[in-house]
Amino acid sequence: MRLPGSLSSRSPRRGERGRSRAAASSGLTRKPEPSAPSFDRRAMFVVAVFACIALALVWKAVTLQFVQRDFLMGQGNERTVRVATIVAHRGAIVDRAGETLAISTPVDSLWVNPAQLAGTGDEISRLARALQRDPEELTRRVTSNLQRNFLVIARQLPPAEAQRLRALEIPGVHFQREYRRFYPAGEVAGHVLGFTDLDDAGQEGLELFYNHWLSGHDGAKRVIRDNLGRTVQTIESIRPVRPGQDLRLSIDMRIQYLAYRELKSAIQAHRARSGSVVVLDVQTGEVLAMVNQPTFNPNDRLQMKVALYKNRAVTDLLEPGSAIKPFTVAAALASGRYSADSIVDTSPGFYKVGVKTIVDKNNLGAVDLSTALARSSNVAMARMAVQLGPETLHQTLSRVGFGRVTTSGYPGESAGLLPQWAHWRPIRTATISYGYGLSVTPLQLAQAYATLGSFGVHRPVAFTPVTGPVPGSRVLPEQVTRDVVNMMESVVTQGSGRKASVAGYRIAGKTGTAWKASAGGYITNRYVSVFAGVAPVSAPRIATVVVIDEPSVGGYYGGDIAAPVFADVVGGALRLLAVAPDAPLDAPVDQIPESTPQREPDLDLPPEADAVPPTTIAQRGESIAAPNGAQR
Amino acid sequence: MREDVESTARRTLTRSTRILGALQLDGPLVLGLALIAVYGQFVLYSASGGDWNTVVRGSIRLCIGALAMLVCAQIKPGQLRRLSPWLYLVGLVLLIIVDAIGYVGKGAQRWLDLGLFRFQPSEIMKLAVPMACAWYLRERALPPDGKTLLILAVIILVPTLLTIVQPDLGTGLLILMSGGLVVLFAGLQAWIIALLGGASVAAAWGGWYLLHDYQRQRVLTFLDPQSDPLGAGYHIIQSTIAIGSGGVTGKGYLQGTQGQLEFLPERSTDFVFAVIGEELGLLGALLLLALYLAVVARALYLASQMRDTFARLLSGCLATIFFVYVFINAGMVSGLLPVVGVPLPLVSYGGTSMVTLLAGFGMLMALHANRKLAA
Repeated sequence: MRLPGSLSSRSPRRGERGRSRAAASSGLTRKPEPSAPSFDRRAMFVVAVFACIALALVWKAVTLQFVQRDFLMGQGNERTVRVATIVAHRGAIVDRAGETLAISTPVDSLWVNPAQLAGTGDEISRLARALQRDPEELTRRVTSNLQRNFLVIARQLPPAEAQRLRALEIPGVHFQREYRRFYPAGEVAGHVLGFTDLDDAGQEGLELFYNHWLSGHDGAKRVIRDNLGRTVQTIESIRPVRPGQDLRLSIDMRIQYLAYRELKSAIQAHRARSGSVVVLDVQTGEVLAMVNQPTFNPNDRLQMKVALYKNRAVTDLLEPGSAIKPFTVAAALASGRYSADSIVDTSPGFYKVGVKTIVDKNNLGAVDLSTALARSSNVAMARMAVQLGPETLHQTLSRVGFGRVTTSGYPGESAGLLPQWAHWRPIRTATISYGYGLSVTPLQLAQAYATLGSFGVHRPVAFTPVTGPVPGSRVLPEQVTRDVVNMMESVVTQGSGRKASVAGYRIAGKTGTAWKASAGGYITNRYVSVFAGVAPVSAPRIATVVVIDEPSVGGYYGGDIAAPVFADVVGGALRLLAVAPDAPLDAPVDQIPESTPQREPDLDLPPEADAVPPTTIAQRGESIAAPNGAQR
Repeated sequence: MREDVESTARRTLTRSTRILGALQLDGPLVLGLALIAVYGQFVLYSASGGDWNTVVRGSIRLCIGALAMLVCAQIKPGQLRRLSPWLYLVGLVLLIIVDAIGYVGKGAQRWLDLGLFRFQPSEIMKLAVPMACAWYLRERALPPDGKTLLILAVIILVPTLLTIVQPDLGTGLLILMSGGLVVLFAGLQAWIIALLGGASVAAAWGGWYLLHDYQRQRVLTFLDPQSDPLGAGYHIIQSTIAIGSGGVTGKGYLQGTQGQLEFLPERSTDFVFAVIGEELGLLGALLLLALYLAVVARALYLASQMRDTFARLLSGCLATIFFVYVFINAGMVSGLLPVVGVPLPLVSYGGTSMVTLLAGFGMLMALHANRKLAA
């Protein structure tokens, strides 16, 4: 078998082999006919083969474009049509005057498709240089994630830098619009606000508590993206974006800053471990200021440590010491067994309860309640409490809010500890009356003092502005609380809290200096200095608590350490709030003649261990070792 | 009035035919090539993402190609015949030099840097091999006997292998085919064809072990593109999606998502056919194929009119190798053949093969215009 026309038609030419070139060519011109059909047939053969090939091509095209069209079109759409998230803008947080405390600003995150980027070779080091990273490290990261399609390289780039990186047009490099939280007030309001995570979701503080309010709902849209991940065209909106709502706080940044400044300088001056200041509006329960030391800057995530960002004013527990005494007096007055001019005998300066002995620094003799409070007599409080019984004392303490969380809703708030009265033995009742055996948060203490300031009306704590009057609930008779506030004023005018006085305003408050409890007993050289009070006395507007933990330089009495901070904060706050002065300015409290030559320390327990009777030591040890009444 | 128009048209036609004749060009063939070129530039504008620069540079290349065609069309058949062995020898020497430089430099080497431009000796061989084969066969009895075939095999295989080791499998195969087509036109016994077919199967089996890794990968990927969708299979998957999603009428000019959004790799060069399939659909692809077939048919018709062995064999080869280009390119883009770097003639952007092809058509027209002369 032969190829069409190949041998048969060419065979005559076999004889021409060996002829001269000229003859061969002339032969060609002379006798073209025999070769023509054979060539044509071969050409036909080639054309036939090619026609088959062309048919194969057409068949393939038809298969792709008819039979598999829908599948392949879907495949094409899968490569280009994407659902894009429209990130909702998180609401801003402002103080009560509208000053910005937290705001979200647009930033861009850079992510890469590792396989795509690795394929470009040199582009990785170009990207690394642009990001000022180590090229080798980045290359390692990209090449070890080749099986992934999404690898975040840098987050929260400022818009200008993102623009610069985008201009490099490196294949496989994409950007995602996000928002970053900025806190203009920095560490001044750090604890109250808390902070958000990288995804702008609340993690701590009010950012967490009001997260649902602040964070809106992300929208979604269907878009066409090109191979570099750039959005080319929006097809349709799937879900509209709903931005978060702004949040107005009750915080007054002027008072907040004042409290921050005074607390910080006191903490530094006394080399204290930590401290808190809480300022509440007596009439509404609003938090006007809340600061802690040490604090943190929410804008700088690198320096954030868990120990720094806890809001001590609501999470930390302390035994209030003498600062609880106004409530013991209030319980006594409310019981009807004592009146404002009742006399309590504190001689001989100590009081035996069972096998334990409660002591005063000095033997005060028989004193009225006002003096007992002003000179912070443990014996007077213990005598009254034992006489009243556990139930009455517990009722008053419980009613002003100790032992349960405030309704502020602040995340991580402690409830404090107020043991069940049924288990109280007399010694437990006695120690609680002067502030040991129960623990409270600074915020609880402030709320309780606000209850005194509002003359017996307990109001919930609020971090957001309250409109209109807050009725609250009456927990103590008005006359009782008026008497207690007046007695507390004498603490500032004549007693242990004279450094809390403010020119032009009448101040009522109580000092507290408590030994710190630790496992196994009290530590005799570590103190918590407290000052809590309300002002102005004629019509209390704010309740303020200052707590300074473990001051190590310049004393440790609440009247020395916490009271000056109280005076600065309250004085400034009253002026900022335009509260009318209720004391004559020409007679500054500093120059009021002092009836008592000696400063009255309010220390409930003698600071020197050797000055304390052994039984007292034992009693102290007992009261902390079994704070819930289960005595050894 | 109407007669005036008709007579004007006829006069213009006559005049242009005369001019073309004077330039030794064939009207229908030039028209077909020009239509493909215009269509190609039209598609290229879209395939480059609407970049005029690409179109301008592509047109400049076309003009250089047209110039080469015009020059080649003026060569007398005798000169062409005498030139053939020398061109082949020069090409062979250059190929060896390139291979040697590549071997010394331990890297792929395909071109010689002449300072002004880069020059691929293998590109010359696409013309020189069929010319040499035709030159050798013109004095031999046809169909060729065993000894002649053996010498032809050496003439074809030496440059083929020298090109494949560069490594440039695509060009190597094209050189092999252009030589083989000459032999096919010269006439081959059926049993030789069968033998070659069997030998090529055996060679494919044995050659598997000689292939470079990337070449093996291409074959494997061709057999199953989905096995490596992000790597070697990416090209084929993206291009079949592009062609398939175009449907009968396409997504519209400049509207193809695969091409315009850069999912399709090499969209303005080797894979431009996929852009046509996606944007202009089956109709657009068939139109281009029809134009190609028309050009090949016309070229074959011209070849069949020749009487000289050298001229006929060379012309037949030049006409058909054009279609081999089209088939390999369209086949690889649509997933019918493995991916080898062969551009779509007169459409793909870049490369020097366009000049070679048009020069070949120039020779073909020169041979046809002088078919009465003895080569």
